[in-house]
Amino acid sequence: MGKWTRRAFLGAGGLVGGGLALGFAFAPNRMTILSGDSDASTAELNTWLTIRLDNTIKVIVPHSEMGQGTQTGLPMMLADELDADWSTVTMEQAPATETYANNDVARGFVLGDTTLPESVSRMLDFSLFKVAQIAGLQITGGSASIRFTGQLAMRRAGAAAKHMLLQAAATRWDVPVESLSANESIVTHATSGRSATYGELANEAALVAPPVEPTLKSPSDFTIIGQSQPRFDIPAKVDGSAAYGIDIQVPGMMYAAIKHAPVFGASFQAPNVEQVKASPGVIDVIEIDGAIAVVANNFWRAKTALENLELLCVNGDGESMTSAQIYERYAEAALSEDGSYDADEGDVANAMLGADKIVRASYQVPFLAHAAMEPLNCTAWVQNDKCDVWVGHQNPLGARKSAASAAELPEEQVTVHNFMLGGGFGRRSETDFVEQAVTLSRKVGAPVKLIWSREEDIRQDRYRPAVANHMAAALGADGMPTAWQNSYTNSGANEPGESPLTQYAIANQSIKGVDVSSAVPLGAWRSVGHTQHCFFNESFVDELAAEAGQDPYEYRRTLLADMPRHRKVLDTAAEKAGWGTPLPEGHARGIAIEQSFGSIVAQVAEVSVDEFGQVKVHKVTAAVDCGIAVNPNAVDAQIESGIIYGLTAALFGEIEIDEGCVVQSNFPDYPMVRLQDAPEIDVHLIDSGEAIGGIGEPGTPPIAPALTNAIFAATGKRIRSLPVSKHDLA
Amino acid sequence: MAVELHVNGVRHQLDVEAEMPLLWVLRDELGLTGTKFGCGVSSCGACTVHVDGTAERSCTLPVGDVDGAHITTIEGLGADEAHPVQIAWIEKQVPQCGYCQSGMIMAVAALLEENPSPSRAELDEAVTNICRCGSYQRIHEAVDGLTNV
Repeated sequence: MGKWTRRAFLGAGGLVGGGLALGFAFAPNRMTILSGDSDASTAELNTWLTIRLDNTIKVIVPHSEMGQGTQTGLPMMLADELDADWSTVTMEQAPATETYANNDVARGFVLGDTTLPESVSRMLDFSLFKVAQIAGLQITGGSASIRFTGQLAMRRAGAAAKHMLLQAAATRWDVPVESLSANESIVTHATSGRSATYGELANEAALVAPPVEPTLKSPSDFTIIGQSQPRFDIPAKVDGSAAYGIDIQVPGMMYAAIKHAPVFGASFQAPNVEQVKASPGVIDVIEIDGAIAVVANNFWRAKTALENLELLCVNGDGESMTSAQIYERYAEAALSEDGSYDADEGDVANAMLGADKIVRASYQVPFLAHAAMEPLNCTAWVQNDKCDVWVGHQNPLGARKSAASAAELPEEQVTVHNFMLGGGFGRRSETDFVEQAVTLSRKVGAPVKLIWSREEDIRQDRYRPAVANHMAAALGADGMPTAWQNSYTNSGANEPGESPLTQYAIANQSIKGVDVSSAVPLGAWRSVGHTQHCFFNESFVDELAAEAGQDPYEYRRTLLADMPRHRKVLDTAAEKAGWGTPLPEGHARGIAIEQSFGSIVAQVAEVSVDEFGQVKVHKVTAAVDCGIAVNPNAVDAQIESGIIYGLTAALFGEIEIDEGCVVQSNFPDYPMVRLQDAPEIDVHLIDSGEAIGGIGEPGTPPIAPALTNAIFAATGKRIRSLPVSKHDLA
Repeated sequence: MAVELHVNGVRHQLDVEAEMPLLWVLRDELGLTGTKFGCGVSSCGACTVHVDGTAERSCTLPVGDVDGAHITTIEGLGADEAHPVQIAWIEKQVPQCGYCQSGMIMAVAALLEENPSPSRAELDEAVTNICRCGSYQRIHEAVDGLTNV
């Protein structure tokens, strides 16, 4: 492919065997019409859509499926603009190549949800496309697939294809294009009664120049978007046929089990390698960066042999580190006058001086592991001039880049075969396990399937950062806040930058982060910085309401007077939860609201605490404004999912460090919400018609404060550090 | 040791270590990858299969202990026609990432075989499998639908 220009254009062309292919082409000139039989030129078209002569439609989706339903939602968006017959639509996952890199994820992350003027936005599109190319982004994360790829690529491609099909029919019948209509994959000329299927028109449509700016439907004309459709991926997930990375079988494949130096940053000695090498089925014991792997002819043999391997840590930087010390250090650091400001508005000091009441509180949340159900794994096969990688990854292009580096091959010689992900939550956007598999395959000269044990998964994660903070607020005579102060620790991995901000209208604000670090490796964890900061902000505003002697829902409502979308979400959650209505003895409700990734979610938790201090979450009512819900049933599922994921963390989640090592190791000591702990969840979607927001993450942040605010309402005990399980509530 | 297993109606004769867990025999020796590895300590239930009709966690079950047994995996559950639990799972759109669902479905199917109308408490006590995507609400709904029939 030649040098790319800065702009992407819609390109179209014919297909081998007939039909229409349409996609964005990055090419020196705008028109990249494909010839019908040239594979070389086919490769240049970043295809989003094909229409075959048999009237079937295939949508190519550049995002990974990890249960969030994006591989159904994106085709729905395209099919709606195309006015396609949904029953004939199938999908296929895009290959890991640069043309599918999504700079909009980068834009969403860097800019949060700030709306920018169009002119600035266009400049950023270019600069961030470069960034995306360089960073190898083809990420599924940041709750971005539907709102960016769906809005910017899928809908445009569908609308463009429809335009071309209508144009082809107009030419064929020699009638004005305005006299035609399209519905269910059929173009009709009502006056003459003529009609043709998309398949019948596809060859001629391929000759029509694609429109540069196709006209998109107004939401009131949607026929597929907004109607729940069964997800494409589900049937294979109930009969065992769905293929995850861990399921790949490559002829001649060997199996590897791995153990890392348990102390972060430590090196180690392994005195009995020779003995372990002689274990049944073992092919080799291989030391790689910071870890040692046993390769055998079956995973269990590799795992069993590895369990007999002695590892002696030496020279660990963090060998005396404990999480208690880290938290203490963070709490101290957050007292610092220094820091970088997220908000510095009005005159906080002056407002504090004139306050009727000053409220102060300090909060802290721990490190957390991701614990996706499918343990980390990757299969790699490095041969002389090529490398194949089989993996379920949130960032297949990033995985390719890392694999190429480990294989010492050009990226073009690396093929990433992306599979279903058995959960990602941010962990599967990292590439450590990919590099390891490639390195092992190189060393043994055969395909190697590397599987981490659950213990390694918990102990060698890229953890959700622990954060400590100190908050203060000034209350006026009416009990409402006149100043809001927040100094928190920032150890990185805290994006998006908006997450520490308060959503409430408070005139004087000082919100700043103080940089801290530790030897604990950090990464993105579902909803990223919003998990910590929503807990802080929504707990503290609850404390202010209590200090003011006001109802916590009404208090928030007053503070959101000028934010109608937020207010409607808050009101809906409260109303549907029966806020203020009588509850069974010992039950109480708590409320919280958070805007994240372009969506607003409020939750009301109904809990009880028994005489032994045991917390039971009976019900969670959620109200969600994600603009337009593309596949409402899948949106409900994501909110249910976000609540359970956040509830596990709030109730039980803590990664502790002792002598430099992670204490927890597996589900018995890193417990999860199970069926018996799962509350009834009632989700209400609000169709605001605003810009489409993300949905994979926004369900998670509000549950922790909704829960602890409910515990306060039930017991009078304010929980300022998580998890709940370490507090005595008896 | 020589082991004989009847897996989804097919007889297999294997020569493997007696202590190798059934999970790895199914996955790596027989290529039946629908049964999943989740924790390796019988905690999460992703590896649940039926051994002579009873739900068992296969990740810690030595194959030597099930010599001669009849094993049903997720691939065999609905081999002839979809099992009611599988149908209910599709209808309620239960799976998300789906990784835990083979084990979840096998655990629920075994429970319903034994107790066709479990109470909510009986279901929660019998099925302690972990789902990190939080499909519990839909599992409750799907099982309610099956027991009301």
